[in-house]
Amino acid sequence: MDDLAIGAEDIAAIEDGVRRFVQTEVKPHLEAWEEAGEIPRGLYRRAADLGWLAMGYPEQFGGTPAPWSLRNAMTITLARTGGSGGLMASLFSHNIGLPPVVRHGSLALQQKVIPDVLAGRKIAALAITEPGGGTDVSALKTTARLEGGEYVVDGEKVFITSGVRADWLTVAVRTDLKNKGPMGISMLMVPGDAVGLTRSPLKKMGWLCSDTAQIRFDGVRVPVGNLVGEEGSGFKMILTNFNGERLSMAAMALGFSECCYDEALSWAQQRKTFGTALVDHQVIRHKLMDMKMRIESTRAWLNAVSARADAGDRGDKSAKGAEWVAQVCLLKNHATQTMQFCADQGVQILGGMGFMRGTACERIYREVKVMMIGGGAEEIMKELASRQLNV
Amino acid sequence: MQFTHEHREIQNTLKRFIDAEINPHVDEWEAAEQFPAHEVFKKLGNLGLLGLTKPEAYGGAGLDYSYGMAMAEMLGHIDCGGVPMAIGVQTDMCTPALARFGSEELKKEFLVPAIAGDTVGCIGVSEPGAGSDVSAIKTTARKDGDDYVITGQKMWITNSLQADWMCMLVNTGEGPAHKNKSLVMVPLRENGKLRTGIEVASKIRKIGMHSSDTGLLYFDDVRVPQRNLIGVEGAGFVYQMQQFQEERLWCAASCLHSLNNCIDWTVEWAQERKMFGATLADQQWVQFRLAEMKTEVEALRALTYRACELYVGGQDVLELASMAKLKAGRLNRIVADGCLQFWGGMGYTWENKVARLFRDGRLGSIGGGADEVMMGIIAKTMGVAKRKTA
Repeated sequence: MDDLAIGAEDIAAIEDGVRRFVQTEVKPHLEAWEEAGEIPRGLYRRAADLGWLAMGYPEQFGGTPAPWSLRNAMTITLARTGGSGGLMASLFSHNIGLPPVVRHGSLALQQKVIPDVLAGRKIAALAITEPGGGTDVSALKTTARLEGGEYVVDGEKVFITSGVRADWLTVAVRTDLKNKGPMGISMLMVPGDAVGLTRSPLKKMGWLCSDTAQIRFDGVRVPVGNLVGEEGSGFKMILTNFNGERLSMAAMALGFSECCYDEALSWAQQRKTFGTALVDHQVIRHKLMDMKMRIESTRAWLNAVSARADAGDRGDKSAKGAEWVAQVCLLKNHATQTMQFCADQGVQILGGMGFMRGTACERIYREVKVMMIGGGAEEIMKELASRQLNV
Repeated sequence: MQFTHEHREIQNTLKRFIDAEINPHVDEWEAAEQFPAHEVFKKLGNLGLLGLTKPEAYGGAGLDYSYGMAMAEMLGHIDCGGVPMAIGVQTDMCTPALARFGSEELKKEFLVPAIAGDTVGCIGVSEPGAGSDVSAIKTTARKDGDDYVITGQKMWITNSLQADWMCMLVNTGEGPAHKNKSLVMVPLRENGKLRTGIEVASKIRKIGMHSSDTGLLYFDDVRVPQRNLIGVEGAGFVYQMQQFQEERLWCAASCLHSLNNCIDWTVEWAQERKMFGATLADQQWVQFRLAEMKTEVEALRALTYRACELYVGGQDVLELASMAKLKAGRLNRIVADGCLQFWGGMGYTWENKVARLFRDGRLGSIGGGADEVMMGIIAKTMGVAKRKTA
């Protein structure tokens, strides 16, 4: 693992780069992007030029192998210094859309899809959730019939991040129509300009600048070479993919929690009530410390789970691998609950300002629920963890 | 507290009105970030619903506070928080002090049209530099001839982009902060146009309560006759603290029905939503969590009714009203969040009713007296910090 050996200077360098980027290229425009409901396409090229889209991917496709410690540093800093949840979800949607192709795709498919995305030329999205089922993935209904060297896709997906503009959709489909369970599922790459694809934007509480789509597939034809790996192996791919998604979400949640803490602290130090600064009121100090306590436990746990991932624990079939998955699930819950607590307390400390558009706490408050529901709802995380631990 | 046939009649009248004249427009008003207050208030006024607890001499029904509570509770039938809040300002936040301490002329000039629904009022206490710390407000009203000349700023003012007048808390003298303030009736607009010296500096965009217009207003040497003073000069702080009690009871009562709705809608959804060969409602966690939340709402209802009953009986209910407000703010967060979670992705969509309640309800712990202020009051009435004298 020598070539992935990362020192404190590497982490500091990326944190500095991210901080500068947010200050100069994000903050001046973020409000406008949130109102517009999308980020500029050019931002993907920019992120690619800065080397961030390529982090964690194989060099042969233009990637830069990077351990979780480095990727987390980037994620946390981006969230902490002012990148919104919507910006991050859309800008990095390839981190959930690409891994199945990276791990299981044929070389031809990998070459067709991956380099363009890592270069910021094309946008990738993951499409699993359907109107009839989010949590219960194994019951998905979108079908892909094999017909003369092509798959014909029919069905609907919903809540697809980057779905409105994505050039590549990694779609979970049922290829074995006789099998209504997990073993009938495959992953298929569908280009965004495919005929028969209709996409409409969804209005949400938060993540406003992330283009979230409802997608209809009406007899959409894709070449059989777009199948990722083997038919019937889709469900397993989805499950493995989720681990990385959840780890990233935990890092995001930590960053947002720190953003709320920073803003609340700064406000509390200068806002006066009853003749003295808010921080001089005991309860306010205690609220801040309650936030800090949760932030630090989240950070310590994230570091521990990420270190294990970097050392090779990746949710394989071993007991150790299963236990790691349980840790990821519970960490996601802890991190998002920390975010919920910090956002809520941040709003409360800010008072009326916390209810007003324009503060970070207000924005992050609106982003909490998608973090506690998306990527695996809290309740499902508990179920999955309990199964992994053989409870 | 016993609801009589009369209470139910009032609630039914209001419910029918909401179904016919308010709920069909809520989505549109939320999107426009404004609702037509004059239009709605006039219709409510015609039904006698803006003066239930106000004296008959001014067009009110002269009923006791329990009738106001019954109405507040039924306002929760509205599919958003903004419109009920705006109505509550008119009935329970900007008129109580006027009705109780205003002169005859003042009541004829302001209270009568407000009860009739011909004018829209607002309450002006908060400022950019003072929310929780009411005694720290800086707006001044200096005497000049027969007028007060008012200079300052008021922020977070519900209805202020449409209101005809503001019941404003101002500094009218030097001296201790609790004794140098007055409540003054300040006309804001004439024929819909802002009076000289009054500026709407901004319409504030918020997480929720979108259909309610919230303003930041600047006052630059605004003249009002000194006879617009409510009651005694210098007693404004005390009047406002008293006025706050009704505001807080109103806040608690107004969320009961909407919290129950939130839970009921979620039960319906859970029973329909299929997963893992069963429904969401079949999950034990979901059942227990909903049961727990409903229990909390019933506890709040009991607390609110008890406070109301004692208030109607003539008691000071500062402690209980503060407790009810505190609990209401908390449940607006806990119940909305708990229910939204069960809606999954659907709960995160803009159009979802529970999502709207989640956004609207967050104000409950901040406006009308933040949770921390409520706890401060309760700790004081409990005498927790009282030093034992030797």
